[in-house]
Amino acid sequence: MINNLKILIHQGKQYIPDVTSVEIPGVFRGRPVISNDKVDEKALEEICPTKAISINPVAIDLGKCTFCGECAFAFPNKIKFNKEYKTATNSLELLVIKEGVDNPVELNPDLIRKEISDYFSGSLKLRQVCAGGDGSCELELGASGNVNFDMGRFGIEFVPSPRHADGVVITGPITKNMAASLQICYDAMPEPKIIILAGTDAISGGIFIDSNAIDRSFLETHQVDLYVPGNPIHPLTFINGVLDLIRKRNK
Amino acid sequence: MKSISIKNNQQISFDSIPVLEYDQFLDYNTSLLHIEDNHCVNYYGIPQQGNVQLICCIANDKNGLINISSAVVTLPAILESFSQYHFAFEKFEREIHENFGIHFINHPWLKPVRYPVNQSDKNNTISNYPFFKIESEELHEVGVGPIHAGIIEPGHFRFICNGEQILHLEIQLGYQHRGIENLFLQKKKLIELHTLAENISGDAVVGHTTAFVNLWETLCNQETGADLHFARTLALEIERVAIHTGDLSGMCTDVGYQLGSAVFGRLRTPVINFFQQWCGNRMAKSLIRAGKTNFPFTADLGVTLINVLDKFEPDFDDMCNETFGSPTVMGRFEKTGLVSNEIGKSIGLVGMAARMTNLNRDIRTSHSYNLYETLAHQPILKHHGDVYSRAQIRREEVKQSLAYIRQLIASIPSENLSRKSLPQPSANVFALSLVEGWRGEICHCAVTNDTGDLLHYKIKDPSFHNWLALALAVRNNEISDFPISNKSFDLSYSGHDL
Repeated sequence: MINNLKILIHQGKQYIPDVTSVEIPGVFRGRPVISNDKVDEKALEEICPTKAISINPVAIDLGKCTFCGECAFAFPNKIKFNKEYKTATNSLELLVIKEGVDNPVELNPDLIRKEISDYFSGSLKLRQVCAGGDGSCELELGASGNVNFDMGRFGIEFVPSPRHADGVVITGPITKNMAASLQICYDAMPEPKIIILAGTDAISGGIFIDSNAIDRSFLETHQVDLYVPGNPIHPLTFINGVLDLIRKRNK
Repeated sequence: MKSISIKNNQQISFDSIPVLEYDQFLDYNTSLLHIEDNHCVNYYGIPQQGNVQLICCIANDKNGLINISSAVVTLPAILESFSQYHFAFEKFEREIHENFGIHFINHPWLKPVRYPVNQSDKNNTISNYPFFKIESEELHEVGVGPIHAGIIEPGHFRFICNGEQILHLEIQLGYQHRGIENLFLQKKKLIELHTLAENISGDAVVGHTTAFVNLWETLCNQETGADLHFARTLALEIERVAIHTGDLSGMCTDVGYQLGSAVFGRLRTPVINFFQQWCGNRMAKSLIRAGKTNFPFTADLGVTLINVLDKFEPDFDDMCNETFGSPTVMGRFEKTGLVSNEIGKSIGLVGMAARMTNLNRDIRTSHSYNLYETLAHQPILKHHGDVYSRAQIRREEVKQSLAYIRQLIASIPSENLSRKSLPQPSANVFALSLVEGWRGEICHCAVTNDTGDLLHYKIKDPSFHNWLALALAVRNNEISDFPISNKSFDLSYSGHDL
């Protein structure tokens, strides 16, 4: 008992006091900024493993980007990744970063459904479904609730059953072998319910989009409320994205 | 000559692999496994216009050689199974059966492995899998998954229980199947292949990527630079520390020990944050590249890492002493989820799960690669094969890895600034790469065609061997002990399903 208390006191406070403004230490590839520099655009497009870069004009789709940074190493004057971790948004267009535009990525408040801010602004229970995710986004979603990031302080938690959940967080490109289970889980959640796609694989299929082992038809018939880019997502990207989703609707 | 002996990361001409008659192939490989130093690191088929060339790779842990032999069979085929002579082949034969429809006589159970897209029987679907049943009024079934109660990957566990006691557990995987091995052949750009390797198993990014880049440089016949060897070895040990620590947190969670859960969980944070400081990604994605690095390890990073470890180590020791001294924790850890040495040997366990049954199997010693020869690694062995052994291994391997990291950073090689660009892989060659990830032995095998493009790529995660150990470990345990047993193995679903 005494030793337990000693450890408790020694560990002190481990949580990040303000997860909306803390700076990430070291290198972090958050939001890319694309300058108006003239470069060999074909070569630039060719570098990307997941066809996230489109040219004429140059743009990077964060839904496809794996944040490997290869483009920024090859064309340091054209592309720079800054440390902004607030890159989650609720529209696919807003995920596309265009040449010469240096604005933060934000949610479009008009697209946030009324019931989300009505019901979930103080408490949001989520069910996680991994549908071909490699385990890294899952680790980071787990970390979002640990003592450092402590998402639970905002009333946002993962729950063990879809019956208890207000929404589903999908990771992975959605494999054929998981497509039916994902649908069953979604159907088991009470209305109103939200869908969050976490990670590059979930948003666009990532490197797996050309595989015939995936089946993304679930996304053709359901509306997605939040896209959280990253490979894997950073806990701060996820927490800030969800907070904006439940709080930012125009009243 | 019945086989060709190669070392880890050695390329040979594909035609130099002896092709045996199947009977001879069977005799040769099954008799090799009667010697305890040998184990099967990979056994798989390469399709060849209506035929299948079976490639068997048996590693000798004493002399560091891997014996490669092959046989060509014509489809459809009915063959005597290897498994009737040595059970460690059962999973490999199931995979070959699933992919090519080859029927193996006297195989204990040709149960589906992962319902891949390229399976031979296209009518099989994962949703109509017939689980093993026992008809009895005394027994009941408990089905768990594919979606689990936590934030983890999918897989189905079907228990047959007698009251609270588990009589039988059947594990069915495949939900995570993304067709990675096919994508390795579809994708032509090296950066795409790196991205695939990084996504095989998200908690063993360094392990799988290192296996890939070591293999790729072997295919290209390019010497690996000293700084690259250093970075890979260092990253492998940092990954081991991070995941083992996180697993200790998970194990505390599963026995309801809140303090251990929170403290080990938070101790993992600075370690993975160091990866971020080094390469911008907490899971070390983008860190490891064949023939180059985007993130040279500087003296400043060395100082930062030492600071992280200096703070980490005393806290880790304190928390371990407290956890392993706590009767409530020990009561749940000890004698739970037992796997005996005999079972470990017979099913061909690898990595940490092998070492906890006193099975000395560690690629870092037996088939060393990168800088492991200079580290003179000695595997840590435990004898009891229970959850406690698996917890102890983690504790001691973390301490060992910390010592290795300190030893490595004492002499940081300078960045090679005159690096040669990577040539194309050689044409018509075979190469094999083994890496001891934190979970165990990772094996990647590649064959190239006339133009040096990949003709075949085979990935084996340690989980491929070890899932069966979990199913056997929980027999006669209470079903409430399943979560802690499962966490103590912490096997990969995506690495298995590919």
